[in-house]
Amino acid sequence: MLSQSYYDKADEIIELYGRKPSSLIPIMQDIQGEYRYLPRELLTYVAKEIGVKEAKAYSVATFYENFSFEAKGKYIIKVCDGTACHVRKSVPILEALQKELGLSKKKHTTDDMMFTVETVSCLGACGLAPTMTVNDEVHPNMTPEKALALLEKLRGGTA
Amino acid sequence: MGTMTIDGRKIEFTDEKNVLSVIRKAGINLPTLCYHSEVSTFGACRLCTVEDDRGRTFASCSEEPRDGMVIYTNSGRIKKYRKLIVELLLAAHCRDCTTCVKNGECVLQQLAIRMNITSVRFENTRTIQPLDTSSPSLVRDPNKCILCGDCVRACEEIQGIGALGFAFRGTDAMVMPAFNKPIAETECVNCGQCRVYCPTGAISIKMNLDEVWGALADPNTRVIAQVAPAVRVAVGDAFGLPNGRSVMGKIVAALHRMGFDEVYDTTFSADLTVMEESKEFLERLGQGQNLPLLTSCCPAWVKFVHDQYPEFIPNISTCRSPQEMFSAVIKEHYKGYEKNQGKKTVVVSIMPCTAKKMEILRPDSVNNGERNTDWVITTTELIRMIRSAGIEFADLNPQSCDMPFGLGSGGGVIFGVTGGVTEAVLRRLVDKHDKESLDAIAECGVRGEEGIKEFTVDYKGIPINVCVVSGLANARTVMDRVKNGEANYQIIEVMACRRGCIMGGGQPVKPGDRTKAARAKGLYNADSVMIIKKADENPTVEALYDGLLKGKEHELLHNTIPW
Amino acid sequence: MKIENREALTNVCQKTQEEIASYTCRVLVCAGTGCVASGSQKIYDRMKELCENVEGVSVEFQKEVPHLGTVKTGCQGICELGPLVRIEPAHYQYVKVQPEDCGEIFERTVLHGEPVERLFYHRNEKIYEKPEEIPFIAGQTRIVLENCGKIDAESLEEYIAAGGFSALTKAFFDMTPEQVVEEVDRSGLRGRGGGGFPAGRKWKQVARQPEKVRYVVCNGDEGDPGAFMDGSVMEGDPYKLLEGMVIAAYAVQSHEGYIYVRAEYPLSVARLKHAIGEMEKAGLLGDNILGSGFSFHMHINRGAGAFVCGEGSALTASIEGNRGMPRVKPPRTVEKGLWEKPTVLNNVETFANVPGIILKGADWFRTIGTEGSPGTKTFSITGVIQNTGLIEVPMGTTLREIIYDIGGGIKGGGNFKAVQIGGPSGGCLTSEQLDVGLDFDSVKKFGAIVGSGGLVVMDENTCMVEVARFFMSFTQRESCGKCVPCREGTKRMLEILERIVAGEGELSDLDELQEIAEMVKNMALCGLGKSAPLPVLSTLKTFRDEYVEHIVDKRCRSKTCQALRKYVINPELCIGCHKCSKNCPVGAISGKVKEPHEIDTKICIKCGACKDNCAFGAIYVDA
Ligand SMILES: Cc1cc2nc3c(=O)[nH]c(=O)nc-3n(C[C@H](O)[C@H](O)[C@H](O)COP(=O)(O)O)c2cc1C
Ligand code: SF4
Ligand code: SF4
Ligand code: SF4
Ligand code: SF4
Ligand code: SF4
Ligand code: SF4
Ligand code: SF4
Ligand code: SF4
Ligand code: FES
Ligand code: FES
Ligand code: FES
Repeated sequence: MLSQSYYDKADEIIELYGRKPSSLIPIMQDIQGEYRYLPRELLTYVAKEIGVKEAKAYSVATFYENFSFEAKGKYIIKVCDGTACHVRKSVPILEALQKELGLSKKKHTTDDMMFTVETVSCLGACGLAPTMTVNDEVHPNMTPEKALALLEKLRGGTA
Repeated sequence: MGTMTIDGRKIEFTDEKNVLSVIRKAGINLPTLCYHSEVSTFGACRLCTVEDDRGRTFASCSEEPRDGMVIYTNSGRIKKYRKLIVELLLAAHCRDCTTCVKNGECVLQQLAIRMNITSVRFENTRTIQPLDTSSPSLVRDPNKCILCGDCVRACEEIQGIGALGFAFRGTDAMVMPAFNKPIAETECVNCGQCRVYCPTGAISIKMNLDEVWGALADPNTRVIAQVAPAVRVAVGDAFGLPNGRSVMGKIVAALHRMGFDEVYDTTFSADLTVMEESKEFLERLGQGQNLPLLTSCCPAWVKFVHDQYPEFIPNISTCRSPQEMFSAVIKEHYKGYEKNQGKKTVVVSIMPCTAKKMEILRPDSVNNGERNTDWVITTTELIRMIRSAGIEFADLNPQSCDMPFGLGSGGGVIFGVTGGVTEAVLRRLVDKHDKESLDAIAECGVRGEEGIKEFTVDYKGIPINVCVVSGLANARTVMDRVKNGEANYQIIEVMACRRGCIMGGGQPVKPGDRTKAARAKGLYNADSVMIIKKADENPTVEALYDGLLKGKEHELLHNTIPW
Repeated sequence: MKIENREALTNVCQKTQEEIASYTCRVLVCAGTGCVASGSQKIYDRMKELCENVEGVSVEFQKEVPHLGTVKTGCQGICELGPLVRIEPAHYQYVKVQPEDCGEIFERTVLHGEPVERLFYHRNEKIYEKPEEIPFIAGQTRIVLENCGKIDAESLEEYIAAGGFSALTKAFFDMTPEQVVEEVDRSGLRGRGGGGFPAGRKWKQVARQPEKVRYVVCNGDEGDPGAFMDGSVMEGDPYKLLEGMVIAAYAVQSHEGYIYVRAEYPLSVARLKHAIGEMEKAGLLGDNILGSGFSFHMHINRGAGAFVCGEGSALTASIEGNRGMPRVKPPRTVEKGLWEKPTVLNNVETFANVPGIILKGADWFRTIGTEGSPGTKTFSITGVIQNTGLIEVPMGTTLREIIYDIGGGIKGGGNFKAVQIGGPSGGCLTSEQLDVGLDFDSVKKFGAIVGSGGLVVMDENTCMVEVARFFMSFTQRESCGKCVPCREGTKRMLEILERIVAGEGELSDLDELQEIAEMVKNMALCGLGKSAPLPVLSTLKTFRDEYVEHIVDKRCRSKTCQALRKYVINPELCIGCHKCSKNCPVGAISGKVKEPHEIDTKICIKCGACKDNCAFGAIYVDA
């Protein structure tokens, strides 16, 4: 069971966008922004509140890559594998991070809920390829070494 | 309006809404997997693609006909592409045809045959998904789903339920209820329309054949069948007889051959329903209470009201459905015999309907602590039983039903089509019996295929506003109007399936519009040749009220637990 | 500040122009995504701090520097040289500015107007002081991007001072809606989102509809990986985009508009939100704009991570709150688009071209570019190129000019091999096409598309099979899964390509690949599927020998494909230390101590551990 505060937050966000079916995506985005994932109960709740069938809400939520029913790590690292980054060797960066954190194509988040590693296609900073973001902050001209160093820094910062 | 050239032939068209319809009109059976004229055009299977004289390819289901179009439906490359599409579909499909419920009736299978696909070059890499057997009515096998979305659109657009949806995307896409919950835990009303629309074995009827064969084989049972009105017009064509012709007599004969001890006609209890429901209606009208009266014969509709409009539960007629009235009466009838002969009575109802399989499990479908109906088998299952028994159905000599519950009125027969219940009730309400009065009722607006029909009839100087609905999406429209005070009806008849039970979720599925019209016509024909037209003229009904039912009308014919 | 009418706008323009002219010094720090990533926020903060400190301390100084602006601009296209700082009116362009440099800039340039030479762009021992001198910029014609980098992207006044909204006033007060549509039609402006459909014709179709509720939708989904033109416009000159949209709305008499911005562009969303707010406050959006009686309201929708939402009908479905699955047409978007109403749906760059066309006229626009494709086009040039970045050139500019004159040639001195144009739905152009002028029609002839304008330059170290695989994996991942050809076809194509790069391909795979590719191209529902096979078809045609090499010789000449690499020990360099054989997980290396070792390529699984660990660099990769 989710605590009441989640529902209150959801109500607040629903008010912001209005009780109409077209508000579904922005509401889910804000909820995801708030909790870094989409609690299932809230999807059901929001769907009911704005008059969308639950199966439909679920179908929308699972369509878009940005929604996740699994809680994500404290640091969400997105390695760009857009064309510009790919031809400038983004894959080794991804592999280095995954190896270091024991993650894989299937497993995105570390057990301690510290890091989530995902790929993204283009962050709009292609001139500085390869790039990656940590919680939306763009890091340009990455190398596997720089990525690992950054990881160390993030770990240190929270230890 | 205009002319187009299809494969070199000039074809006129008028108001066809897409090129596909014109092609079909030209007598070309273009393959399709995702087009149904009654739901929105999806355009996903791409099998209906044709080529024009400029070499442009387009899906004919989603292109408007234009004058002067020149199209080729079977050019070399189109044929090649189509075949590859079917091959790709098969590659991602659990191809165990021999043991598949859809074997022989499957559109995908037929396409594979048509396109002469004799091998599939690609491996099936989809992960195997468990079946969803949670529903008493349906089984979902996601491994056989080809993602045509037909069920999703049927459930959403025709039934307004939206229990199923697409989830995920790309090759991960699947069709499922929210969070992949068991379908029984959703607002699904068990109508089976998704199964009617599904071209493959991905959604199928939950069959109860083993149980029924078991009962038939058991010497200690008396197995009694009741056959619903809509069944009789949907069996013949499976055995080479004309579409829609009523074959009740042959069905009775076949059931006897298979070992049913007694075979009755649900039309009989439809007459009981008419008696009870008209009485109830007049009472409510007198008291001005719980109006509009909502009919209760369709369990899918009843569940719909419970889930979506609970505030209208008191408006639902307390009458049991004909199926349940029948079973209750039979069980009551044999209560004594059972003690005497040590035999257990097993009531099997043969229905056009998947929701009836759910209805018998409702807490109220019980008398004396026992389920009144033991098993429901659908028309589709009946056909399987006949086949499995090796009966040459077309050659059977018709038999009449057993007595005393084998006699029904014409009013009961037309229960199988939308408006039938209302028409039968109206017949009961008028005192006259002559053909003219009955024809007048038939003409009052109660008949016809429309999803929402409204009309007013006069009952002893009181105007009665009637609404006849089929399809739950239409029901939603009507209920919202009632809820918002935009409409004022005294009676609302709802059948969950569009056109009524003749198109029920348990009926055999044959593509094409002709089936629908033929089945309705079949029922009206059956009515017109019957001598007894009205429930109150049925002598066995009268006898029953004087006998077995005396003092037990409420217990046996009504839902005692409030809905 | 509310701008009541046309005259008031002119006043704001003059006042701001005067104000800007009175600045003794303006420090413009690039605040595009690229430069922010390189740390321009720190530069901005530091410069601001420096200037403010001085103000606070020295009154005299304040007199000397009466107006000192430190502003955030949008991307200037040379992100690789970022963070960029431009100094006006001295018109110096500093590149790669670090926080440590700020003090010096302040001391020397801000206070004394002297340049800091070492921060100028250098190339081949030449120093480029002014931005226009930098060859990368010199070769361009900037219409859409004219303001990017020059003005404060967040300041409405500065946009007005740069001539902003004069097109809008001209349209509103000097032209009828029909005339606006006509002008855009005559200009020959073609949609910049990929298809190249004439914008004027689209507007006409919408204006003709009997339904009076209409929408204007801007496609800012810019999904092509490796393209960031639209993002740069949204970040760098949001007002221009909005002005274009308001003009479009006036032209088709629509009162509500939406911008759909891709999820990965938070800065674009922020800038647009800010700009919309400013315009609403100023009365340039909302009810009764500039007292004209015309009303137009704007909304922003953020994408949620689905490339296919760039497709028009998927985009409107997404705004409506649905799965972004394209739908069949007809009905077309101009008849039944958003909420089933007639809708003008155009790309960011398309709208950004509109103010110029209205202000300077269709004839002026037609003087730029080619007959069939007038105007300019922005391209993002990335990949193995000296100067990566964002450029705007007249339609018809040749690849050679773009790559060699503007882009400075191949990075690392390698040989040009091909350029991928149009992103994952595009194709390859090779050295044979270097001198073809790029426009919508010419590129199509070579089985590619201009698309949104992503150019990825590749040299001979690029494996074309791997490139095809990469794009296929992208489209496969982004397929919405609705139609069978794309959902199942891309999956099977990807499987085959993966097999080939893993060295497990067979020659028959190529026929199969071709067969599926052609089917998907002809049978898929939407543009994503229809174009997904293009990279495969195009590389199969031009680089078939590379495919065959992978399959028959098990060789990848660019040494890209891991599975086909050969790890070899150079006996000259190997000292026989044993380290590699100890590290090899499969025991593929043998050799006596102090004697050159050898790798058994049959056993080797190409993990690279030996190479990474050899302290003597004795191990190398052979094709
Ligand atoms: C898969 C797919 C992705 C697309 N992505 C974009 C996009 O990101 N941005 C865009 O402007 N147009 C995109 N388009 C093109 C749009 O469908 C549409 O043609 C365009 O936005 C119309 O605007 P224009 O005429 O101004 O170019 C895409 C099309 C397809 C098929
Ligand atoms: S669904 Fe059709 S094709 Fe699939 S196994 Fe069943 S009969 Fe065969
Ligand atoms: S069709 Fe073929 S596989 Fe199926 S049962 Fe007959 S012989 Fe066996
Ligand atoms: S049975 Fe009816 S309600 Fe249930 S999923 Fe199927 S169509 Fe929908
Ligand atoms: S379950 Fe049947 S109808 Fe539904 S999408 Fe799958 S194949 Fe189509
Ligand atoms: S309309 Fe008839 S077949 Fe359909 S659910 Fe209702 S009772 Fe069953
Ligand atoms: S082509 Fe691909 S993206 Fe487009 S509708 Fe078909 S499956 Fe979806
Ligand atoms: S690690 Fe290098 S030097 Fe040592 S044995 Fe191996 S190849 Fe030779
Ligand atoms: S690449 Fe890996 S497997 Fe091959 S020889 Fe070197 S260490 Fe061994
Ligand atoms: S491709 Fe990586 S930022 Fe654009
Ligand atoms: S029937 Fe036309 S696409 Fe499926
Ligand atoms: S972001 Fe500064 S030049 Fe591109």
